[in-house]
Amino acid sequence: MVTTVLFYAFAAILLVAALGVITARNPVHSVLFLVFAFLQSAVLWLLLEAEFLAITLVVVYVGAVMVLFLFVVMMLNINVEELRSGFTRYLPLGIGVALVVVIEIANVIWFRSEGQAFVTPTPHAADYSNTKELGGVLYTEHVFALEIAAMLLLLAIVAAITLTMRTRHRPGLKVQDVPAQVAVRAEDRIRVVKVGPVKE
Amino acid sequence: MTVTIAHYLVLAAILFSIAVAGIFINRKNMLLLLMCIELMLLAVNFNFIAFSRMLGDTLGQIFVFFILTVAAAEAAIGLAILVVLFRNRRSINVDALDSLKG
Repeated sequence: MVTTVLFYAFAAILLVAALGVITARNPVHSVLFLVFAFLQSAVLWLLLEAEFLAITLVVVYVGAVMVLFLFVVMMLNINVEELRSGFTRYLPLGIGVALVVVIEIANVIWFRSEGQAFVTPTPHAADYSNTKELGGVLYTEHVFALEIAAMLLLLAIVAAITLTMRTRHRPGLKVQDVPAQVAVRAEDRIRVVKVGPVKE
Repeated sequence: MTVTIAHYLVLAAILFSIAVAGIFINRKNMLLLLMCIELMLLAVNFNFIAFSRMLGDTLGQIFVFFILTVAAAEAAIGLAILVVLFRNRRSINVDALDSLKG
């Protein structure tokens, strides 16, 4: 009973926050609504007993990705009015497509699920550790996928830096010349001077 | 009335369709488009976790873990492209990006 109340409360807030994301006038408000939606989802994932992913969503998504979004929104000087000009024109189309998607999926889930009962299994025991269970398979069965994911994150770092880095060429600005630094040889820097013995 | 997995699936469907509607009504603002994609991925993750709970199989949660990784990489690169775009064009209006039009 408590679970039901919690589910409906957090689901309602999640949907309101999602509507806020797409209708907010200010992009900063959109990002903050999205943060709110992620927090509500984390609570709902806790209700589904996916504790590790719920914490990951809060720490990684809200803590890193959404802050990145917020930085970018504040860095760009966006002309909001120009970007919202087609809002009312495309509103009926958007609502129509959304309604079609919802009706189709609800139809499949509620009316066409012939005999397939979507029952919730019994809750796990109190000493069950979701993190331990996930770690047990992540580092054994799926270890190659994990390493590919690590490479992907490295690639994202390199790509983001190479895309946004720009070299400034202003007179008098001292910059490092990396190829020249790498190509330097010992002979260029050190001169060995043979000094003979000095007679008094 | 207890909460079943079907409730979570319908919630994910509504969330996904809100994101689809967001892509339609904010189709000029590239930043909003990226945020709507994040919302869509969230709805997909909801489905994965709900079915993982229903079937008692942790593979769904492993998949969500990798989706979160890929989504983080996508957001980082997408925002980097957005910053470069704004630096060059002084605008993030999708309609202005027609240089490749023949």
